[in-house]
Amino acid sequence: MTAGALAVSRAGPAPRPVGWAGVALGAVAWFIALPPLLVRTPVPSLLLALAAVAAGVFAVRGDERRLGGWAVAAGALGGVGAVVATRSGEGNLEDVFVWSALFAAMLRFATPLVFGALGGIVCERSGVINIGLEGMMLMGCFFGIFGADLTGSWLLGALIGMASGGALGLVHALFSIQFRADQVVSGFAMNFLAVGITGYVFISHYGDQGTPDDIPRVPVVTLPLIEDIPFVGDVIGRQSLLTWLALLLVPALALYLFRTPRGLRLRSVGEKPRAADSVGVPVLRTRYLAVITSGLLAALGGVYLSVAFLGSFNENLTQGRGYIALAAVIFGAWRPGGALAATLLFGFSQALAQRLPAFSESTAVLFQALPYVLTLIVVAGLIGRTRPPAAIGVPYVKE
Amino acid sequence: MRTPDQPDSAPTGGALAGEEYPAGEGARTPAARLAAYIRGGGIVVPLLTAVLAFLIAGLVMLFTGHDPFGTYKAIFEGTGLQWLFPWVTGDDRTTAALNLQQTLILTTPLILTGLAVAFAFRAGLFNIGGQGQYIVGSVVAVWVGSSFAGMPAFLHVVLAIVAACLAGAAWAGIAGLLKATVGAHEVISTIMLNYIAIWVGVWLFSLGGPLQNDRDPSLPVSNDIVEGAKLPVFWGDPVLQGLHIGIFIALAAVVVFWLILNRSTTGYEVRAVGLNPEAARYSGMSVGRNYVLVMALCGLFAGLAGALDILGWQFRLATNDIQIGLLGFTGIAVALLGRSTASGTVAAAVLFGALLSGTSQRNLDPSIFEPELATNLTYIIQGLVVLLVSADVLVLSLLRRGRGLLLGRRRPVPAQAEETSS
Repeated sequence: MTAGALAVSRAGPAPRPVGWAGVALGAVAWFIALPPLLVRTPVPSLLLALAAVAAGVFAVRGDERRLGGWAVAAGALGGVGAVVATRSGEGNLEDVFVWSALFAAMLRFATPLVFGALGGIVCERSGVINIGLEGMMLMGCFFGIFGADLTGSWLLGALIGMASGGALGLVHALFSIQFRADQVVSGFAMNFLAVGITGYVFISHYGDQGTPDDIPRVPVVTLPLIEDIPFVGDVIGRQSLLTWLALLLVPALALYLFRTPRGLRLRSVGEKPRAADSVGVPVLRTRYLAVITSGLLAALGGVYLSVAFLGSFNENLTQGRGYIALAAVIFGAWRPGGALAATLLFGFSQALAQRLPAFSESTAVLFQALPYVLTLIVVAGLIGRTRPPAAIGVPYVKE
Repeated sequence: MRTPDQPDSAPTGGALAGEEYPAGEGARTPAARLAAYIRGGGIVVPLLTAVLAFLIAGLVMLFTGHDPFGTYKAIFEGTGLQWLFPWVTGDDRTTAALNLQQTLILTTPLILTGLAVAFAFRAGLFNIGGQGQYIVGSVVAVWVGSSFAGMPAFLHVVLAIVAACLAGAAWAGIAGLLKATVGAHEVISTIMLNYIAIWVGVWLFSLGGPLQNDRDPSLPVSNDIVEGAKLPVFWGDPVLQGLHIGIFIALAAVVVFWLILNRSTTGYEVRAVGLNPEAARYSGMSVGRNYVLVMALCGLFAGLAGALDILGWQFRLATNDIQIGLLGFTGIAVALLGRSTASGTVAAAVLFGALLSGTSQRNLDPSIFEPELATNLTYIIQGLVVLLVSADVLVLSLLRRGRGLLLGRRRPVPAQAEETSS
């Protein structure tokens, strides 16, 4: 077997496309057991899943370890998912798997995570750990809606929300960069502070009433022609302006980080600050700006939650979304594209969790844990290790 | 006089070492920082930190139109600590006793979640997963406590506690194992384990979940634990949530913590690994084994905290408790303020326990300050404490400057030079 496989890997197809094919096969294995196809026997799905695993193994042998690992995982998950699906009632499946609604919900759930993850990438690429994403998101979440309510404008509200997150970012920067505090401890403090500050102002201003119903909301972008296309229109025809902004920011940040001199400087500060310093890159200033930017971005994710998505606020509304964003950063190997893929995956699992109660209340809850389980698996290195920026967590002291 | 310049020499070493060992495993581990801290600050810095945090919170109250003195007085009365004053008599004393019981009930898990973080700090690890370990412990305790109805009482309690401790240890051990085998950063893995514990816990007791209440299918709570599994109450009325004996178990755990760290080979190794993992490795210690062991012990403490809360006063577990509980996170503030020492952790746990009970719905007079507002005030105070503790350089330099001013001592030149350069 080994000799044969090796021979194939030398002469046969390239491991990379095979790996991708494996991932696709795993997805298809699950998909055919769901509406609209609804194959009611698990056999074809299991065969496809097996093929996916085989493709994954092939890719791993061909030195595409990360991708191959994903293909194996996709095969395993697809197989299990298909078996579960074939054992569930058709009616239940049709209730849950309304694909257009699922994908639309996926984008909605992913939006705050995208903002948070992009903020996390900027911050961590500069060499500062940001456990405080959750807190910065929560700040934007409350002060965004608070500002929108006070000024009567969603735009001003969004700016106020972002400013509040940026302010928290500034505090984190001040402590972790200037005072050389332990970055994890300082970031953790941000989360406590944010819960306290937002809760305090929320209770003292709104009391038991909660936020009013007539909050000016972030407008929904209605795409005139696309809206009428059956499937696509349902998914992207009516998404929030902020969702589009998030999706646009991903390639923008990728370009900035990897194709501009400033991005290179930012990354160099996170990898080898002393070397960067020696060629004249202002290490501390770069880090300050990065941490503050991450606060602004994460807060915009929070603004989306309250001002665009829900139109209301409650204490600790973010409920760990900042941590999921952090997970997406790691999951996506500190790259905007990877993080986007991770947030879409996490968003999909949240969308499923939202729709599943139609069929089983308790199973739905388990899907909430999925992002964390997947990230733990990634951190464990079971599927392709990811490497953080080299100087992360180390305060820089100029010589 | 060699104390002042010691802490300052460390950061430079850390920055240099950080280039040699990526993944945050620089020589300046939290334990090394802590050692510098203890040398530099002693008991003064934590006190200063706490006072500063309360001061800032007082300013917050002032600016939002509340009377900080009146509020702090009301919070203090809510803690019941005035019971300790011999001149408090009559009805006041009875109320104070009731309130103090609440304070100590909250102090019990805080001591243990504090130890769970403190022990990791001493080994150079940051256990942010106390919350998850606490939840795992309480889930297991509530399951054991509500099953095995016919069991003798004492055995039942012991079984529930041991099972919860082991579960907590196993849960935290995952993070230790990942750190030891593949070098996964324990901060990330424990955060993930927290949320996995939260959602799995919610799943277990939510409607239709496997461990949801047998009698009432409309409530997302666990079964009640049986009478025999409840911890005896030794002070106050069991019906009115008197103080259970868990506090003694927690204090015993503090002694165990101190003994392990200071009087055992394991503790020596743990501290050595914490101060400098590379040096420990060269002297033949298994750093990886120590990571697993330390995390498991941390989880054991946090799991015990969960068990004592369930068996001592909660008796059941609702999905809501799992989702909004923060005791494990507060343990981080406890350990940081207590400088990860045994006595410091107890003192900080009493402080935070008092703060939590003094601001609770039950104990705080709502005509003076709304309890919901006060709860958020405690989060602000906790955040400030953690933030100020994180910046040892800041507090130490303030302190050193203060000392120089007060005592007129000549400041060591190199330390000052470095101070200005940053």
